Amino acid sequence: MQRRLVPTTWLPALLMLTAAVLFLSLAVGSTAVPLHGLWDALTGGGDALTRTVVLELRLPRTLNAFAVGGLLALAGTLMQVLLRNPLADPYILGVSGGAAVGALGALLLGLAGLWVNGGAFLGSLVSTLIVFALAHGRGGWTPTRLLLTGIAVAAGWGAAISLMLVLGSDASLHSMLFWLMGDFSYQPGSSLALLVLAAGLLLSWPFARQLNVLARGETLAEALGVPVRPLTLAIYIGASLFTAVAVTEAGAIGFVGLVVPHMFRLAAGGDHRRLLPGAALLGGCLLVLADTLARSVAAPRQLPVGVVTAALGVPLFLYLLNRARGPL
Amino acid sequence: MSALLEARDLAVSIAGKQVCRGLGLAVSTGDCIAVLGGNGVGKTTLLHTLAGLRTPEAGGVFLDGASLASLPRRRVAQRLGLLMQQPEDSLPATVLETALIGRHPHLDFWRWESHADVAIARRALKSVGLEGLEQRAQTALSGGERRRLDIATVLAQDPQVFLLDEPAHQLDLQYQMGLLSLLRRLAAEQGRAVVMSLHDINLAARFCSAVLMLFGEGETLFGETGRILSAENLTRLYHTPVAALPWEGGRVFIAG
Repeated sequence: MQRRLVPTTWLPALLMLTAAVLFLSLAVGSTAVPLHGLWDALTGGGDALTRTVVLELRLPRTLNAFAVGGLLALAGTLMQVLLRNPLADPYILGVSGGAAVGALGALLLGLAGLWVNGGAFLGSLVSTLIVFALAHGRGGWTPTRLLLTGIAVAAGWGAAISLMLVLGSDASLHSMLFWLMGDFSYQPGSSLALLVLAAGLLLSWPFARQLNVLARGETLAEALGVPVRPLTLAIYIGASLFTAVAVTEAGAIGFVGLVVPHMFRLAAGGDHRRLLPGAALLGGCLLVLADTLARSVAAPRQLPVGVVTAALGVPLFLYLLNRARGPL
Repeated sequence: MSALLEARDLAVSIAGKQVCRGLGLAVSTGDCIAVLGGNGVGKTTLLHTLAGLRTPEAGGVFLDGASLASLPRRRVAQRLGLLMQQPEDSLPATVLETALIGRHPHLDFWRWESHADVAIARRALKSVGLEGLEQRAQTALSGGERRRLDIATVLAQDPQVFLLDEPAHQLDLQYQMGLLSLLRRLAAEQGRAVVMSLHDINLAARFCSAVLMLFGEGETLFGETGRILSAENLTRLYHTPVAALPWEGGRVFIAG
């Protein structure tokens, strides 16, 4: 028998983890807020300074980090079904490469703030369209063709990124590197990512059983009555959009989209009716935790969150993988 | 008896090669039909066309009298099950999860698999000798076990018409006999129908009521097993001498 959580225990466990991580993120920082102070601030009481720190500085950033982590994990889950490849992640089809070129282009031109976000979003959309148009080709698109097209386009973006780093001035180099490794500190804190995450989950969850069938193979899914073409198209567009929003909000944070779906599969199985919400919550938790560490470990210096994500996620994932007895 | 599945004036071709032309085929309750032909003659293509996964060049396929193309795919999947020749790339899953996939067309959009569905999947696994392996990773199965799992998935789908591409492939003699007996029973006793491509002529001779031969170039021959399955036709079909020997009231065919 495999060691798997009983199906009914994963959701309460994940929700409790989420609450704990969110509270931790609000309490920890350059000024620590005790638990009762946190509660006062959240309910509108307490002193004004604490309220400002918690509600106006930490809460938006925490929620944004949670949403970005959720989006990346959701996009990873969907890409893995689309390509029927457990190695697929949100970045594999070149979405983040395009976003990076857009964002670095803006930084190179001396632009900042929303221009960088806009550049990233534009870049990821352009990349998505290029891959989609080219992968369609003459023979229709197969997972392998899509994967290869994406990898080739991503390699192209990679070269463009290197070129931009070389061309960039010393002043812009630092912000470019931070952007490439993922960073929440520039963010004014919009609720876009949270809204997209909620919408994405609500829209994708009803199709989770069809995803289960599609995960077993495209022809089989078609033979079992799944509308394969519209479904794969929706997955592709959805996953690209989620990635684009996440990258736009926080820069290129690797690893979450690849590893979080696997973590959840190892713990609770691959049924997408659990995997979609489960991966979103787990991805959110991981990124909130990483961001909390990123801004407190070496305070007042801030570390790139992507580095912390990897530092937390890599050992955890390797441990789970090593112990796994379930299907892999 | 009215036909469950019917091909009318069907023409199918793939990559410029004619598989069949003007094929009329009525599959009725109780039928067990073997599709025979050499490698690459288009057995798989024909089965996929009969399953509605490919659009025929001409003519049409009809399920319960209605054109396949006009029916919603889910309705088709409730009545028609397809076993593919090779498993496709897939994400990790357990044996039971894989067999449960066969229940998909019978479940409404918002429904989860019920205990009854799980029981059906478990029965299907048992009938192909995979009981006790329900929680095993599908990737940890041997080739023959994997094949039996795919068969169990079609059995769990519980269709009226089975379209099976090389169901005996990769199976030991024991499981070949078990599977074909089961299929013949499903056809004869439960009013279902089976159309399957086979490599083994003797399995066709022993278990099938009718035979469809694909000669290539669009030429086909269809009829009762006793009438069609002759040394002469088989020699022409496989471009190699085939002889028939009497055996326990029937015949066995050997090459050479």
